[in-house]
Amino acid sequence: MAVRFSLVAQAVVVVLAIVAIAVIPGVIELFAMMQLTLFAAMAVLALSLAFIWGFGGILSFGQTAFFGLGGYAYAISAVNFQDSTPSILLAIIIPALFAAILGYFIFFGRISDVYLGVITLTVTLILFNCVNSTSGDEYRIGKALLGGFNGMPAVPTFNVPFYPDQVLSPEQSWWVTGGALLGVFLLLRLLLALPAGRIVVAVRENETRASLLGYDPRKVKLLTFILSGAIAGLAGALYVNWGAFVGPTIFSLSLSAEIIIWITVGGLGTLLGPVVGCVLIEYIVAYIGSQQALNSNLVLGAVLVVFVLLLPKGLVPTARDLLMRLVPAPKAKERLADGQVPPSAAASHMAGAE
Amino acid sequence: MAIYLIVALDVLNGISSLFLLCLGLAIIFGMMKIINLAHGEFIMLGAYATVISANAGVNIWIAMLIVAPLFVGLVGLIIERCLIRFLYGRLVDSMLATWGLSLLIIGIITTIYGNTQQGVPTPLGGFSIGSYQSSYYTLFLAGMAIAMMALVYGVMRYTRWGLIARATMQNPAMAATLGVNPTRVYMSTFAIGAAITGLAGGLVAPVSGITPGMGGAYVAKAFMTVVGGGAAMLSGTMSAASLFGAVNQVGAYFTTPVYGEVLVFMAAIVLIRLLPQGISGRFFKGNL
Repeated sequence: MAVRFSLVAQAVVVVLAIVAIAVIPGVIELFAMMQLTLFAAMAVLALSLAFIWGFGGILSFGQTAFFGLGGYAYAISAVNFQDSTPSILLAIIIPALFAAILGYFIFFGRISDVYLGVITLTVTLILFNCVNSTSGDEYRIGKALLGGFNGMPAVPTFNVPFYPDQVLSPEQSWWVTGGALLGVFLLLRLLLALPAGRIVVAVRENETRASLLGYDPRKVKLLTFILSGAIAGLAGALYVNWGAFVGPTIFSLSLSAEIIIWITVGGLGTLLGPVVGCVLIEYIVAYIGSQQALNSNLVLGAVLVVFVLLLPKGLVPTARDLLMRLVPAPKAKERLADGQVPPSAAASHMAGAE
Repeated sequence: MAIYLIVALDVLNGISSLFLLCLGLAIIFGMMKIINLAHGEFIMLGAYATVISANAGVNIWIAMLIVAPLFVGLVGLIIERCLIRFLYGRLVDSMLATWGLSLLIIGIITTIYGNTQQGVPTPLGGFSIGSYQSSYYTLFLAGMAIAMMALVYGVMRYTRWGLIARATMQNPAMAATLGVNPTRVYMSTFAIGAAITGLAGGLVAPVSGITPGMGGAYVAKAFMTVVGGGAAMLSGTMSAASLFGAVNQVGAYFTTPVYGEVLVFMAAIVLIRLLPQGISGRFFKGNL
């Protein structure tokens, strides 16, 4: 009974989300909608790290490596093919391949913890340095000029699949980006409900026990890492589609830091939390940028410190715990599409993250 | 011939500045297993303290060697009391909180001094080898690196305080039953680590552009060197700094400075893959 109720509730939430994505262009202004498109692209990036960190227990300091690779892969092939259809696929495949190579190196070397952090961080720095030094005419791939520090301007944006001359309007771009966010969310939700997802969480909880039960933690972690790299690559393509521009700062450390902040604020070990955290923080940063009184670093830093010290679980798990206490259980599930994660899993995420 | 001497000097410079920049982080990581990602901002604070006091008329040597470490040591003490002490034993949380702290410090300094570059002139003159120029400051940095190494080694190895600190590092509970107060040891260790970082910031102030965001250039390298060096804070950091400093300078000599950096990062990745416990996890076990 309870299971069926929760399924119905989740279906309702999904339908509501689809309706919201569909009607938003008619309700708000163009500028706000463009901003929402950016937030949605970033939220896809947030989901990619939320998945490997929150459920796989792998804290990557270099998620922007895959994000940036996706962005560049999209931009380079879009300039060459003048068609976004193969470019989007490449933006998913190339980061996934890169994640496969890097992940093989990391997980089959049984590197974990801080050491994994150092490797992912340095890989990002290598990419940043290399791409940053590609100014000049000799650095071109096909027709695409890499442009070094200045990046690649005027990248063709998305078009209707296989019709290169039918470029998507801002509304259609929003539908694609919002739809991609919802799609990735549902994909990860589904994966976590399947036995495969349980194995990922099992490896996070106790690697030795999982391997004694016959699962190879290295392989599980590698596959998790590849999936997350592919999602981050997709986010990169969506981001480039939003701005029609890609530059080396897409690999920057500060963006890597920001993803971690989104997840810490929203709630590690959930999927809804990082999306909420991402939109909230990005909105705050955009708001601060529009006025002169405060420095955005100052606010972001203060927010992160306060959350780690006072609210280490993050917004969504805390809100869920509060709701659970206030109202009977079934209603709480209706409010949160994430209701399936038992509170114990959310509470133990810190142990898993280390 | 002269060119080899110059490259050798560059390598020496690379190693000694990397060692100085990492030592504070290595002490904090080695003693307390806290990764301080605000390390770059401690360097930045040291550099600002130096520049501001030197421009206010303080002798540059006093500003570098006394004002910078004192100021950053104090800041470290305050930060340990207000933030770090809640995070012992929570490695990931401590990284997140100190990352937040680094953004906060950058924000504060940007708000006060603006996002502009400051600087002080490099003291000591230059000398020439053949047709190449070098500066005495390079030699001074190398001397400082050796002096700091000797000082830390001497304090840790031969003084009562060093004995207590090492005991607390090995087994806090046992040290506490023998009458040591681990909280005080942690507090002072963090402050000393911060002070050494401040000193490093003061020392690099004359040879680098000083902006609120300058710490970002150092933190990744320092993080990498300390982790690559492993648990032994002196021998590990020294060996990793020698390796990375040399790779960086020699790589930069044969290619471009950018690829020199890239080579260092690759060396770090290979090193961690081959020696997952860091250099000292394999070669200098049990050393300082």
